Amino acid sequence: MMATSPMESLSSGFIINIELFFITLLLALPLGLVITFCSMSKFKPLKWLSRTFVWIIRGTPLMLQLFVVLYAPGLLFSMPMNSRFTAAVIAFVINYAAYFSEIYRGGIESVSKGQYEAGQVLGMTKTQIFFKIILLQVIKRIIPPLSNEVITLTKDTSLARIIGLAEIIMCAERFTKQGLIWPLFSTAVFFLVFNGILTILFGWIEKKMDYFRV
Amino acid sequence: MSILEVKNLKKNFGSLEVLKGIDFSLEKGEALAMIGASGSGKTTLLRCLNFLERPTHGQIIVNNKVIFDADDNKSLGDAQIRKNRLHFGMVFQSFNLFPQYTALRNCTLARELMAKERPDFKENKKKIMDEITAEGEALLESVGLKEKMNYYPHQLSGGQQQRVAIARALMLQPDILCFDEPTSALDPELTGEVLKVIRGLADRHTTMVIVTHEMKFARDVSDKVLFLDQGTIAEYGTPEQVFEHPKEERTRQFLERYFED
Repeated sequence: MMATSPMESLSSGFIINIELFFITLLLALPLGLVITFCSMSKFKPLKWLSRTFVWIIRGTPLMLQLFVVLYAPGLLFSMPMNSRFTAAVIAFVINYAAYFSEIYRGGIESVSKGQYEAGQVLGMTKTQIFFKIILLQVIKRIIPPLSNEVITLTKDTSLARIIGLAEIIMCAERFTKQGLIWPLFSTAVFFLVFNGILTILFGWIEKKMDYFRV
Repeated sequence: MSILEVKNLKKNFGSLEVLKGIDFSLEKGEALAMIGASGSGKTTLLRCLNFLERPTHGQIIVNNKVIFDADDNKSLGDAQIRKNRLHFGMVFQSFNLFPQYTALRNCTLARELMAKERPDFKENKKKIMDEITAEGEALLESVGLKEKMNYYPHQLSGGQQQRVAIARALMLQPDILCFDEPTSALDPELTGEVLKVIRGLADRHTTMVIVTHEMKFARDVSDKVLFLDQGTIAEYGTPEQVFEHPKEERTRQFLERYFED
């Protein structure tokens, strides 16, 4: 079983982390916006349902949520989760969507009422006001907290080993059990390089929007 | 013929009665100054004209056409409100320029969006857009900002931003231009340049409603003065009547407080 070299094993493990990272982003970014609109809804039951959901997700450990997603379908509905990767994706998407929704909400609420009113008195529709005036200001404001959250996500993907997903740290631990410690420590390099790229990317986006102030 | 008639306009916020039945009319080409203490309802009245607040009661009539009637549900639809509010332009106390657009684009954006709804837009796109841009440039030049056209709001002083806001409101050729304390957010040395622009508009007989705390300016520029006190019109007349010979004791007291310092 241990025929592969440590570097090969770590690399194949890190591919799992990266897959989990991108799929989570792809699904959680839009889902977060849906939760935001629910949280800001004028329809009270929907608003409270959404805020309770966010409270539960943010108030409990992601590690626990991974277990719940893996075991609850089998225990409660006799429909066991047959893919650990799918279970991890579901838990991460739900968790991160909740965090993103709060970032979006903060961004949207920070745009002054005057911006909406200026659009209104110029005869713009609600849709035009949102897309032509509000959206870019929101994006500019949420880039810094969003980059924080995204960088946290890369490291959080390693939590998936708790439900038996062979991501990079789990791969490295196999070598530790054989008395080989350096593969475990060298996992840091993978995360550092990947997050370095993300940091540069977010820095570039921030610079792109430096031409105006909000 | 009056360009604007306001009839028995009332506005409540919950149980608080902010406007208690306002009646006045404005002739085309006149500048009306609205004065009064904080909380007298002047800003609320202006916001009602622009449909930023929905009056609880009463009518607003522009060019003999009822554009708002609190008792008539037909006049309350979203699309209709959007169309009707274009009779009024609005200049805010805090400018509210769009920070991500240049001075010029701030002026042209709304017109461009409207132009896109025209049936002939696709075939004449370039011509229509060029016309709108030229109009925006001319208006910015008229408020003395030709050189600042491609600046972003944060690169402009408060006075310059407010002049862009005036040009932006004029782009839609409103029947009545409203100002909500246009110089209150400005440093004293910057109020002059904005007041000069408004004075220029008055000289060219732009119909205006100006909420202001600048009493000297109100006296010099306006054709009519309306003094609001606790949600009612306490005094209405020419600047001479209101400032020199107020009929009401409360007007006298209010003016004394302003002119004693």
